Amino acid sequence: MDIDHTLEQSLFAEKTARQPGLLQELDPRLKILSALLVLLAVGLSRNLTVIIVLYFLMLALALFSKIPLAFFIKRVWLFITFFTGVIALPALFITPGTVLVYLPLGLVITKTGLATAMFFLLRVGTSVSVAVLLVLTTPWNSVLKSLGVLRIPPVIILILGMTYRYIHLLLHLTNDMFLSRKSRLLRRMKGPEERRLIAATTGTLMNKSLQVSSEVYLAMQSRGFRNYPRTMDTFKMRRIDWLSGVLVVMMVAAAIWLGK
Amino acid sequence: MAVGRAGGHDGCSSHLVGKIGNLQIMETPPIFDVNGLCYNYDNQIPALEHVSLTVRRGERLVILGSNGSGKSTLLKILDGLYFPNQGSVIAFGRLLTEQAFQEEAFNFEFRRRVSLVFQDSDVQLFMPSVWDELAFAPLQLGLSQEEVKSRVESALRDLQIEKLRQRAPHQLSGGEKKRVALASVLGLSPDVWLLDEPSAGLDPLSTAWLLDFINQQGKAGKTVITATHDLGIVDAIAERVYVLGEDHQGVAEGTPHQVLADKALLISSRLMRP
Repeated sequence: MDIDHTLEQSLFAEKTARQPGLLQELDPRLKILSALLVLLAVGLSRNLTVIIVLYFLMLALALFSKIPLAFFIKRVWLFITFFTGVIALPALFITPGTVLVYLPLGLVITKTGLATAMFFLLRVGTSVSVAVLLVLTTPWNSVLKSLGVLRIPPVIILILGMTYRYIHLLLHLTNDMFLSRKSRLLRRMKGPEERRLIAATTGTLMNKSLQVSSEVYLAMQSRGFRNYPRTMDTFKMRRIDWLSGVLVVMMVAAAIWLGK
Repeated sequence: MAVGRAGGHDGCSSHLVGKIGNLQIMETPPIFDVNGLCYNYDNQIPALEHVSLTVRRGERLVILGSNGSGKSTLLKILDGLYFPNQGSVIAFGRLLTEQAFQEEAFNFEFRRRVSLVFQDSDVQLFMPSVWDELAFAPLQLGLSQEEVKSRVESALRDLQIEKLRQRAPHQLSGGEKKRVALASVLGLSPDVWLLDEPSAGLDPLSTAWLLDFINQQGKAGKTVITATHDLGIVDAIAERVYVLGEDHQGVAEGTPHQVLADKALLISSRLMRP
């Protein structure tokens, strides 16, 4: 079931984020800032080779962070094939330029078209790799807490953290609701019946989430919450973090300069 | 056995109530004094009707009642989360009203001294990790970062959940969630624990651990008020039992032995099969 799959993926990401590895050892705030800088370099680069080098660098980092490469590549490119591929595909055929391949129905693939599509796909692929690598090597909780370094207000970070926490609760609940329905179903349901049931389930879930949210607010009040959250982080920059930061800045500067 | 007020004087000094030989029996001052409390949900559905109750410092009280009798609502009122439609609740000599909680000093002092552990641990555990959960209450009360860290580490050690510190609540078992829920208020070192159905959904080992925890708090001089319908734990954790009936009113109070021996009372309160 899709809900099970989502929960499994989330648990897997937490597991890889907590195992020992190169990126797992670094300060989450540094990883967030570095990820933003690499995204900037990927976005600004007009040189395909620079983007390819950056992509392979992401693969190397994944390898040294003990992320299974097959899983990492699949997670990035599966998404891109479905969504970005659909957008990039027309560029292959409609961009004017030197013809590379003649296809049936009068379609042609041009050199410029191929380069444009490749640029687009690689840019998105490398950017998604950066984001996936960040999530797979940093516990989600630390990612959220590190957003403070980007000057995001604590109340927004608190809301994001609670949203993440309760999405899991509601996913579990939805899963249980569907399983309980399945266990009582004696025949296959027809379309309208199925839709009515899904609508009812959605309504129940909405009611449950409202009820939980008001109880959670009481639980917060009970522990001293006064509508303005006080938070703290326990991160500490070590020498290895500063050194990694300098390396990232140099690499990004080089990528932007070479990619001009 | 009749419903009776256990006492009703205000103030904070101890009060001499009797003498056995040379031993003076001191009646400890009330922490909560509930008088004629009525509470309705949406001003229509009655949850509590004319409840009167006094809770003394250091007492281990069980509020016993069937599902829907109003136990959870009573705990929320004692924690200053809901306010009576009628009647009054006096805590530490001060009337609990919404206005009282607007005062920063009173809110701080009350929240530091009284803590509620919700029945549903998923409601209690709203932060993304166990460490953050434990740090939440000390942080909200404005303690220094060093003090917060020290309290969190101490709570993790006391409840033997150090290994769970970075785990997310959805990755915990029911027993672990209950421990973390208790630890989440232990950091405040409250004088009064309000526990809502603490044994619900726990396996026998976790329940035994929980009963030990409640008794440890009692021995440490803390006031522990537990709402439950679990007759099996009453004797182990209570010095006094207050029974809420199906009509949302207090129907009896006495020692665990007295209450558990009264089958007619338990049957009429839907706590036992006829």
